[in-house]
Amino acid sequence: MSAAFAVAAVGLAALSGLPGLALPRDSSAADRIAALLLGLALVCAAVAAVPVASAAAEPTLVLPWRVLGERIVLGVDGLSAFFLLPTFAIPSLASLYALAYWPAREHPRSARRLRLAFGLIAGGAGLVVIARHAFAFLAGWEVMALAAFFSITAEDEREGVRRAGFVYLACTRASTLALVGAFALFHAASGGFALEAITAAPSRALFGLALVGFLLKAGAMPLHLWLPGAHAMAPTHVSAVLSGMLIKLGIYGIVRVASLLPPLAAGEGALVLALGIVSAVLGVAFALGQHQLKRLLAYHSIENIGIILMGVGLALLGRSLGLPELELLGMAGALLHVWNHALFKALLFFGAGAVLRQSGSGELDRLGGLARRMPGTALCFGIGAVAICGLPPLNGFVSEWLLYLGLLHAVQAGGGGASALAPGMARLLAVSGVAMLALVGGLAAACFVKAFGVVFLGEPRTPVAAGAREAPARMLAAMAALALACFAIGLAPQLAVPLLERAVHAFDPALAAAAPRLAAAAPFGAISLAAVALLAVLGALAAWLLRRRLRPALRPLTWDCGYAAPSVRMQYTAASFADGLVRLLRWALWPQLDAAGLSRRPFPGAARLHTELPDPVLDRLTLPAARSLAQVSTWFRWVQRGRVHAYVLYILLAVVLGFLAARGGPE
Amino acid sequence: MRLLEAALHLAVVLLASPLLLGVIQRTKARMAGRRGAPLLQPYYDLAKLLRKDVVLSRTTTWVFVAGPAASVATAVVASLLVPFGERVAPLAFAGDLILFAYLFGLGRFFTIAAALDTGSSFEGMGGAREATFSALAEPALFLALLVLVSLRGSLSLSGLVGDDTHVLWAAAVAPVALACLSLFVVLLAENSRIPFDDPATHLELTMIHEVMVLDHSGPLLGAALWGAAQKLFVQSALLVRILVPLPEGPAPLRWACFLAAVLALGVGIGLVESTMARLRLRQIPMLLITASLLSAFGIVLLVR
Repeated sequence: MSAAFAVAAVGLAALSGLPGLALPRDSSAADRIAALLLGLALVCAAVAAVPVASAAAEPTLVLPWRVLGERIVLGVDGLSAFFLLPTFAIPSLASLYALAYWPAREHPRSARRLRLAFGLIAGGAGLVVIARHAFAFLAGWEVMALAAFFSITAEDEREGVRRAGFVYLACTRASTLALVGAFALFHAASGGFALEAITAAPSRALFGLALVGFLLKAGAMPLHLWLPGAHAMAPTHVSAVLSGMLIKLGIYGIVRVASLLPPLAAGEGALVLALGIVSAVLGVAFALGQHQLKRLLAYHSIENIGIILMGVGLALLGRSLGLPELELLGMAGALLHVWNHALFKALLFFGAGAVLRQSGSGELDRLGGLARRMPGTALCFGIGAVAICGLPPLNGFVSEWLLYLGLLHAVQAGGGGASALAPGMARLLAVSGVAMLALVGGLAAACFVKAFGVVFLGEPRTPVAAGAREAPARMLAAMAALALACFAIGLAPQLAVPLLERAVHAFDPALAAAAPRLAAAAPFGAISLAAVALLAVLGALAAWLLRRRLRPALRPLTWDCGYAAPSVRMQYTAASFADGLVRLLRWALWPQLDAAGLSRRPFPGAARLHTELPDPVLDRLTLPAARSLAQVSTWFRWVQRGRVHAYVLYILLAVVLGFLAARGGPE
Repeated sequence: MRLLEAALHLAVVLLASPLLLGVIQRTKARMAGRRGAPLLQPYYDLAKLLRKDVVLSRTTTWVFVAGPAASVATAVVASLLVPFGERVAPLAFAGDLILFAYLFGLGRFFTIAAALDTGSSFEGMGGAREATFSALAEPALFLALLVLVSLRGSLSLSGLVGDDTHVLWAAAVAPVALACLSLFVVLLAENSRIPFDDPATHLELTMIHEVMVLDHSGPLLGAALWGAAQKLFVQSALLVRILVPLPEGPAPLRWACFLAAVLALGVGIGLVESTMARLRLRQIPMLLITASLLSAFGIVLLVR
């Protein structure tokens, strides 16, 4: 039954934009129908996923069609169930949010197209998660990836949107190419396309290709080149889905492929762990220097994907070294962080969208003082900011804590089993993992206190910010739902444990017997006790402080050392707040400073200061390389003349050469 | 019995923490050849502040109140994770050292947010410095704790400290010494003491913690200062329990020894503050990175 409900969820989501095609372009009914269908899809997904926590066997559904002689199988095991929930929850909340954020009557030109593509992202992603056949997996992957392209480019009349869309398209094509290669190697190793665990050791290239393909989608440094642009340029409810859900499918892919293969070499786990560390540190470092709220959030997605990858790498390492506790805690931390990041990042994007829509600007240094004008949005964004920094008592802390526990176990245990990796190396990697995770936590807190403070606190820096009004109720409702979920997982992480444990066991069934129960390895009860105690003390203290005549007789200006005529331009800006850290990280960030006309002489004239943080991989590496490649390609332009008979000739030549090569190869 | 000790624990962190400040101030005064304020001066200050009215800037919101409230609440809950006179802290579990570090992170988040809430450039400056330096102090703290984790094999603060300190020192002098040194540096940095920040200065341009609470007044300022005192006390308590073995004996003796040791550390902090000048702001990151490297060196010594 479970699998049938999952299929129903996929169908409902994929078709959610279809009724709108029959309605007028600016019909708000079409928006409501789409939101309703996505909501129903979420209900179906929940009905499919939740029973898996206690089910004995994996519910599967065999479709009556054959592809290359094999039946297509769909199934909902622990891993699928765990990913099904965010896959449908985020789009359905985003569609509720979009009712107010992107109403069809304001965007008649793109509304139908966007609605259709938006539903297809969720439908395709749902298919990826339940597919047990390589073709079904790739079909879902392609639907999701291309639908995301059409969603990102909803406002294609803007130059920046087209550019970001093109970079995304190039990346997703490369990702699919790598995945086709990976699945071809999988077929070579297993003799079939069914996604079932294989015992024969496959080619090393399989995991490498899968890693490249999935990391391109997940947006891990240095394969993140599409991510900041696409997140910043897409309509905000699409950004929330990209960041909250779509990039997690890359993580799903890595975990799924790793679960099908026999234990990998320790070096491969160490590689994933190291990639995670790099991605986390550089992601947050680049986020610090951003001037735009949505771009800042995008770089934090890179950071959080890094944190998730650290967990995955730790689990792979634990599996190959034969340390079940490492594997259990690493994978549990990574998977729980997938949920958590989906919740708080969607929340933050919703908040950013509310700011963008209500004030008309997403530039940090043009905003300010919005907490008095948009109190609900400010509260929700603040909750999201605390959660993403991994601070207690919210959900981000729980998953980072699991990850720390795993790393600390690795420090204690070293590498006991027979492994190619020296035990000392595994320990040192875990030590640097702990130190870097701590650094990332500190930097993320700096970045989000900056974003929250500069946007919502202080005085409005420009008239646009001063004129902002509270967001509409439906946008607030979507944010409040996510904020409550952040509290729920933070205060009672036990609720997530059954499904989480099933997911970890689906990754490696051997863990069910070898490792301790998750609740024994990680004392969730103590965490929730501490979180409740913290909230209680905080509440009591705030009540006491407020009881003590906090209705003052005096409400003067901020003191500001006695300066009598403060101007809003004197406030600390986002750029100046981050300046110290950006300077410290200069060697990695290469910030660009354009200070034309700044003079040190007395009586300086008008001056201009422009700082920017170009993306290292996209702006400094890929684009110049692509330009050179385009130049070289002009020499071969004569091959492409647009004459059909020439192309037929090429095909014939290719086939003949293929035959010759096959004959020349091993008989 | 355990409940009684937990109540004592809470009473100590709430009531004894200002005394530590008094000891530091008295030490500094004596070193400077002055008689100095009475040891209980911080208590008088707090009592005065709690009685006063509040002045709230027109710019501020609820975040301004959340700052001091969070700094007290996080310090109180964090204190429950550190064993004081008892053998096991009131709340001890695998991984509580992570909660310990992140609780102070939460307090810092809201202190900085409350500073930004005023819209004053000075307070923004203080917040930016606090965010910058604490991000660098975080790895140093974790690396120092990792040295102890490797040695003791426990993931709980209560397991990392103990009364058999001499065994620890005998087992690995250099790594433990390096870890303690780096913990002491983190203690000074996190609590805005010299050489990182001068709590006695009156120049907003150079301050870190004091400038962040510049606009707080009355009970709000009192809560902010009290929270800061608790944080100093709790972090000092952790360092003391790592360094000093408490005698086997009845509980009152252990508690008395513990308090004496914490106050002695206060004298130590006072001596450091009297004999050192504040570092230039540009040099502070270097000292924090050095602290991280010292602990990392300690870990390398342990890896065989």
